[in-house]
Amino acid sequence: MAEFEELSACEATLEMLRKAKEEGQETAFDRVEQQKGCAFGEAGSCCRICNMGPCRINPKKPEESRGVCGATMDTIVARNFARMVCGGASAHSDHGRAVAETLILAAKGEAKDYEIKDRIKLLEVAADLGVEIGDREINDIALEVGERCLAMFGQQEGELAFAQRAPEPRKEIWRQLGVFPRGIDREVVELMHRTSIGVDQDYENILMACARTALADGWGGSMIGTELQDILFQTPVPLEAKINLGVLKEDEVNIIVHGHEPILSEMIVLAASLPEMQEKAKAVGAKGINLAGICCTANEVLTRHGIPVAGNVLQQELALLTGAVEAMVVDVQCVYQGIGQIASCLHTDIITTSPKAKMPYARHIEFHEDHALDIAKEIVSAAIENFPKRGKVRIPDVQESLIAGFNHEYINYMLGGRFRASYRPLNDGVIDGRIRGVVGVVGCNNPRVKHDDIHVRVVKELIANGCLVVMTGCAAQSVAKAGLMLPEVAREICPQGLWEICEAVGIPPVLHCGSCVDNSRILIACTAMVHEGGLGDDISELPVAGCAPEWMSEKAIAIGEYFVASGVYTVFGVKWPTMGSKNVTDFLFKKYGELFKNTWDFEPDPEKMVGKILSHIDSKREALGIMAKRERVLFDMAMRRELEI
Amino acid sequence: MSRIIAAAAIKGAHKEVAEAERMLAETKEAVGATAKVEFPNTGYYLPIIYALTGIPVQKLEDMDKVLEYAKDLLPPVPKQRHWVPYLGHALDAGVATLFAGEIIEGCKYATNPPVDDLWLGAADDVIMRERGVEFVDGTAPGFCALVGRASTPEMADRIVVELLEKNLYVWISGHVDGVSIAEQLQQVDRQLGWDTRIVPYGKEMSSAVYSLGFAARAAMSFGGAQPGDFKKVLRYNKNRIFAFVLALDYVDEQKYAYAAGAINYGFPTIANTPIPDILPTGVCTYEHVVGGVPEEEIVQKCVEVRGLKIQITEIPIPMAYGPAFEGEVIRKDDMYVQFGGNITPAFEYVRMREMDEVTDGKIEVVGPEIDDVEEGGALPLGIVVEVAGRKMQEDFESILERQIHHLINGAEGIWHMGQRDIVWTRISKKAQAKGFKIRHYGEIIHAKLLNDFPSIVDKVQVTIYTNLEDVEKWLAIARQAYRYRDEKTAGMTDESVDTFYSCTLCQSFAPTHVCIISPERLGLCGAYNWLDGKAAYEIDPTGPNQPVKKGDVEDPVKGVWPSINEFVKEKSGGNTQRVTMYSMMEDPMTSCGCFECIVAFLPMCNGVMIVNREHKGMTPCGMTFSTLANSVGGGQQTPGFIGIGKVYITSKKFISADGGFQRIVWMPKELKETLKEQLQKRCEEIGDPDFINKIADEDVGTTEEEILPWLEQVGHPALTMEPMLM
Repeated sequence: MAEFEELSACEATLEMLRKAKEEGQETAFDRVEQQKGCAFGEAGSCCRICNMGPCRINPKKPEESRGVCGATMDTIVARNFARMVCGGASAHSDHGRAVAETLILAAKGEAKDYEIKDRIKLLEVAADLGVEIGDREINDIALEVGERCLAMFGQQEGELAFAQRAPEPRKEIWRQLGVFPRGIDREVVELMHRTSIGVDQDYENILMACARTALADGWGGSMIGTELQDILFQTPVPLEAKINLGVLKEDEVNIIVHGHEPILSEMIVLAASLPEMQEKAKAVGAKGINLAGICCTANEVLTRHGIPVAGNVLQQELALLTGAVEAMVVDVQCVYQGIGQIASCLHTDIITTSPKAKMPYARHIEFHEDHALDIAKEIVSAAIENFPKRGKVRIPDVQESLIAGFNHEYINYMLGGRFRASYRPLNDGVIDGRIRGVVGVVGCNNPRVKHDDIHVRVVKELIANGCLVVMTGCAAQSVAKAGLMLPEVAREICPQGLWEICEAVGIPPVLHCGSCVDNSRILIACTAMVHEGGLGDDISELPVAGCAPEWMSEKAIAIGEYFVASGVYTVFGVKWPTMGSKNVTDFLFKKYGELFKNTWDFEPDPEKMVGKILSHIDSKREALGIMAKRERVLFDMAMRRELEI
Repeated sequence: MSRIIAAAAIKGAHKEVAEAERMLAETKEAVGATAKVEFPNTGYYLPIIYALTGIPVQKLEDMDKVLEYAKDLLPPVPKQRHWVPYLGHALDAGVATLFAGEIIEGCKYATNPPVDDLWLGAADDVIMRERGVEFVDGTAPGFCALVGRASTPEMADRIVVELLEKNLYVWISGHVDGVSIAEQLQQVDRQLGWDTRIVPYGKEMSSAVYSLGFAARAAMSFGGAQPGDFKKVLRYNKNRIFAFVLALDYVDEQKYAYAAGAINYGFPTIANTPIPDILPTGVCTYEHVVGGVPEEEIVQKCVEVRGLKIQITEIPIPMAYGPAFEGEVIRKDDMYVQFGGNITPAFEYVRMREMDEVTDGKIEVVGPEIDDVEEGGALPLGIVVEVAGRKMQEDFESILERQIHHLINGAEGIWHMGQRDIVWTRISKKAQAKGFKIRHYGEIIHAKLLNDFPSIVDKVQVTIYTNLEDVEKWLAIARQAYRYRDEKTAGMTDESVDTFYSCTLCQSFAPTHVCIISPERLGLCGAYNWLDGKAAYEIDPTGPNQPVKKGDVEDPVKGVWPSINEFVKEKSGGNTQRVTMYSMMEDPMTSCGCFECIVAFLPMCNGVMIVNREHKGMTPCGMTFSTLANSVGGGQQTPGFIGIGKVYITSKKFISADGGFQRIVWMPKELKETLKEQLQKRCEEIGDPDFINKIADEDVGTTEEEILPWLEQVGHPALTMEPMLM
């Protein structure tokens, strides 16, 4: 194992890694050393989609060899990239489908523990989907919204309804390029088909289909997930909470919710708060029940309930090593199989809940929406029963506060209150240069780079250069742990203009916008910036950018792809999966710029990454003619008459 | 650090809402929950509440739900550390404060109206429409909500004069340690009131709702915003009414709370105390709060922060100048010298000359100057203005001459009324002391005519006679010109011209309204007759007054011309397809909202009633002027109702297709009195000299049922005319 300090920028993480070493426990940080990585895999040039292979093309001499079927380097790399897009889009979309199904059950009264918590959002979504509102019962509207959303998965032709929210020029680009997504499942299935043996062997054609599939995620599956979760569980509003392993409590039953879907975790939150459960906990000698989150489930319950975050995805094993976790309740995505191994040495139960996701060393308590609370109580009870079995506990005394819960709706509100809600102050801030640009920093953790470190350095550098940062996923948690998601830091780390904005509104310079499925919120926010006016007619004209400095999941590729196809310049770090093919990489890094008006990019070095982002933002500012300080225009009567009323 | 402001505003809002709750309970206790609540003579209830929520508060108990709404808006006070965003919260708290303020002031009106010798309380709809139009047409760019206390009364006066020079209304609320700016102004003898545009609303801060309520009404009245459409109400104010809050001296939590309410309107706050700044823009056009501006510089800063461009012609006189000073009165005791007013002969005469006959800028006083007169004295006065211009026409002489009244009145310390040979003007002692001379009348006329009418006026020369001999000589010449002009216009009929003029000046707030002005039907605002339209077109050929060729007539009785229909259709964006010039029953002309009078059909009486803007009482059609105005304006065709200028009543073309002048069955006494001479003349023209006495007024009744028997008794001709409603 490398020097400890080189492994993570997070103190709590280092402390637990030392403990792991002392106790001979293995974590992802150790396994990454064992898995040196295969050169062909890294180049994206290993093809094993048929039984004639596996075929490997030497990245150093791509012209010299082909697959058994004759597939070139370009084709193989494009196909592998496409399958990452499919994997990622499937993950978000299957998540979205589950939410739609829950909404339908709730609307029908068949999932009694769920209800419509955000009626305003329901009506807004209904209006966007063309669902009649009139004086219909709220549950009728919800049912139709749920059914319409569910139908988007099986939709075979036409244009995806949520994608209609995009700015007109963007939709026109999609239409002209033939990538306007039809149905969510259709795009994934078709791309899987096209990348199977002997189908689509034109890398450009495959990469265009990638855009279509990814758009079906961003403006489809993911958006359905986010929008319907808001309807069922309330659109988040900013609140204060705590983060890092120090949120675990020595004298309480600690339950960690981990994974992605709030359908389950919402019920655990409810169950844990019930007096009967609290009593039960006290009966076994605990002072209460302490719920904490890991990964994106953490973000869901954080932004809606202020439930503390124990850590991000790379901390899941470390949280268990505290010995203080009675149960880690997991559903889907990013759940390391390694946690089962560690839990098997401890009193901790890993409780799997989804029929889609089981694992060794875990106890399976299957979750069903129709008696959700009962199951949640069973899970909480199981955790409580473990409390007396606890061994030695060591919880790092490390935690930080953060403000979380931003999203399109709240940004709109926070800039003008109920009566003047709008993006005007944000756009004005960008136009007059107080805000140089807005950057989405998203994604996972990856032990191939120093944990949290790249995120924190990128974000600090962006802020120091006047960018407002919006974050989701595990990336958001990295930065929150570093204390950057507190409003008072604005004064210390922002340049004057950005500080004035933060101070006027009362925000930190980094806005926590939720989980990875919530990246769709950023699409909506970008669209709102376009509609507010003064920053061009399309997302591609905005001085904005996206990046994922520590990404690891296929979902990140799907997200990046839908951002680029929506017109956002997007830079990824760590490693880039198409390096084996210059043509494929050039297509994504250059040709996409002609087609989608912005491109993918790759840069593992945080300073250079920020440099690329800033020069992109400045080029957009230049094009918009907002590089110079905005002149104060004084209005005479004739000019006032021209103003919109 | 705006967290400090947000925290203060939110705390202030909590207190103000609590005070409103207390006061409401107390008032209910005193006069009962069902007691009526209203601000005087308004169709907009408690206007901020009505505009932003659509709730018409009519009784004390109606305030309950408003109070609940205000409480629901109240956010928590931002924490000392780890706070959540507070801008949206502070703005909501501001609105809650305004609701509370209206409840507080409403409760006062339900018991003891907050009005005395100094404080004026709420402005009624008559004032709102009259003054609101100035915001719409740009005469006044906005208002300054002036709060607190100046360092000295003299500084208060200096700031107010500076504001007035920028054509801004000055609306005063609040105080610091019991001293208000209004009281400071009184100490230096500054005249206060609507006439001088310096309006002391109330000493308590809650009276700020009168300023913001005025703005809310303007949005509903002129901006076409529906009650409850808060987005439009507030956007209208941000982009049309360039108002701001000027806070002098200590800003306490309550003032911050009201300032937060004003920011919702896009009205920033500028203070002379070192309060924290909120510099980023967006809710307001530019900065939201700017503090620490010295009193000497504060007016300029306000104008800049609000983003207001004010074009002021430099007038070379030693006094302040601006339309705001037009309403100032100079009492006899304050007067240094006067002219005219039946004390001495006086007149004004503009005449057109050839270019080489006028020396531009030559101003000459023939006779005694002001220094030659004893204080309190009087002189004869003859102002002869000679104008030349490449596009000048004889017809424009009277138009330019009519300007002299308000041009002279715009100077501080000078008072003027009347025109032609009935002028009466005074120079105050203050002005004389500052060095104002009679020749300055000439300076004003010269500078303003050149500035305001650049396309028709190239050269202006002014000769002012103050010796009796010359005045009498020139008066005779002027009178000949007056007579010549009168005869020329008297002979002017709709038939005698081939072109009418349009007026779309008001499309800024009534986007589908088009006025067609003919010699016998002037604009409904009373400000533009056919000649004015013609002159305005010459002055600005692409402006709102365009010539409309009559072309072939389709119906000479109703006054229908296909080419006029075509024009109206195009300019109204297709909203109005046909318009008749002489009928109010069929395709009547639309109204913007600026009408001097409204004519309404009374079916039982088979005639019409006319009500003027100033009349506050009920009318036989069942609506007050205010209520009527809401349904007649806005560019909609409403058969049976038209908005008109007063002069049109005695025109031969007055609803001539519907039976004409003899259809009038009711008008307020005051209107009858104002138009007495012209009405009498018209009665004689129609061969019924006694007709004026057959028109009912409010003494006869204010319902059709009440006036009908009386009309029968006096034998009103309308009763036997053919039915108006076919």
